[in-house]
Amino acid sequence: MLATADLDALFLTFKVASISTILMLLFGTPLAWWLARTTCPWKGFINAIVALPLVLPPTVLGFYLLVFMGPVGLIGELTTWVGLGTLPFTFAGLVVASVLYSMPFVVQPLQAAFTSIGEHPLEAAATLRASPLDTFFSVVIPLAKPGFLTATILGFTHTVGEFGVVLMIGGNIPDKTRVVSVQIYNHVEALEYNEAHWLAGCLLLFSFTVLLILYTVLKTQPNVQQLK
Amino acid sequence: MLLTSFQRTIIISALLLFGQSSWSATVLVAVAANFSKPMTDIAAEFEKVTGHSAKLSFGSSGKFVAQMENGGPFEVFLSADEKGPEKLEQADLTVPNTRFVYALGKLVLWSSKPGYVDDQGKILTTGGYKHLALADPKLAPYGAAAVEVLKKMKLFDKLSPLFVQGENIAQTYQFISTANAELGFVALSQVIENGKIANGSGWIIPDNQYAPIRQGAVLMKKGAENPAAPALINYLKSAPALAIIKKYGYDLAN
Repeated sequence: MLATADLDALFLTFKVASISTILMLLFGTPLAWWLARTTCPWKGFINAIVALPLVLPPTVLGFYLLVFMGPVGLIGELTTWVGLGTLPFTFAGLVVASVLYSMPFVVQPLQAAFTSIGEHPLEAAATLRASPLDTFFSVVIPLAKPGFLTATILGFTHTVGEFGVVLMIGGNIPDKTRVVSVQIYNHVEALEYNEAHWLAGCLLLFSFTVLLILYTVLKTQPNVQQLK
Repeated sequence: MLLTSFQRTIIISALLLFGQSSWSATVLVAVAANFSKPMTDIAAEFEKVTGHSAKLSFGSSGKFVAQMENGGPFEVFLSADEKGPEKLEQADLTVPNTRFVYALGKLVLWSSKPGYVDDQGKILTTGGYKHLALADPKLAPYGAAAVEVLKKMKLFDKLSPLFVQGENIAQTYQFISTANAELGFVALSQVIENGKIANGSGWIIPDNQYAPIRQGAVLMKKGAENPAAPALINYLKSAPALAIIKKYGYDLAN
């Protein structure tokens, strides 16, 4: 069965994933909108940066974060200077890492959804004298709803599945940085296969259920590809 | 006598095969993270002397045990403790009577800042730091030894909220060397050079503060047919290898 430490790890994981997903939607929405609309020559460059965590091994990100967010790193000196202290081994650090790591899973579905809306609904809204902000909230967001749904679910589940980055900057602190994936790894290393099985099973069931919902729910609604 | 090209091919292939299997074979070795530096040196010497080569994988002993229990390919195992090799022996995965203690590990309290850790370890009581790094005591014997030291000093309850735990001793070292943790417990072999602590500052913890870290090695059944595997086990007991082990601050088992 699940021990208290395992339940704590599960709870912490969902806490990190929830906060990170909210932050990713907040930052990712304007970024995806800009990327979908802009003709700026830097678009390709920004797209490449956003997509980097998709192809980089998490250890690369973890290593850079550990070195640069530490007390002798550039970001670390900055965060210390503004009074935040250093980020490795903290819950905040984990959230920052998760946001960087899962961002493409939020930005890319949103960008695709925004692009597929096209010019016409926006022009129609403009002829009805809707302000750009009004257009965004009453036209774009409802039309891009499947994109938001996909972005939220993928961003959340990808953060739940995060391992390499946390292993490198977490420090395995109960209730702060000991997330489920790390806890499973520790169980396996300590040869506690029974405990590992319970937690791994929970995660498998959770991930499958979420993806099942994603694909069945999205099937009933106009999805991004059909709009194109 | 003239040989046909067919006969020549046969003889050359036979020579090559023979050479492969007994003169210069390759052994796959699982090495506990704390022993990575000395083992790299030992493997280089081993290759020079015997002509065999050793491929080294570094990691935590617990992970290696789990891998070998599930068919992992390692032929020789150098653990950070005696428990791992014993467990594999009970599972009948090792060659009988090949298990031995190759080194006694030394624990050091270390910081990458020069002059930070005094040679009595008083800094532990004084405080003034936010993070104290150690290897996960559940997984790593050096972590368990660190906990033992802190309990003996009656500091465990006070300092455990500051713990940051590395998955193995190499990661623990990484936390401290990047200054993310001000100080922490690592293996002496990681920070020693020419008999003294090379960088930063440290306190080599006296032997009577923790139970000896007896590091066991064993020949796996996977390596029984590979001449390089027993050769490496024997080489580990040779004078040049023992000298290297001592150079990295380990004590030798009797």
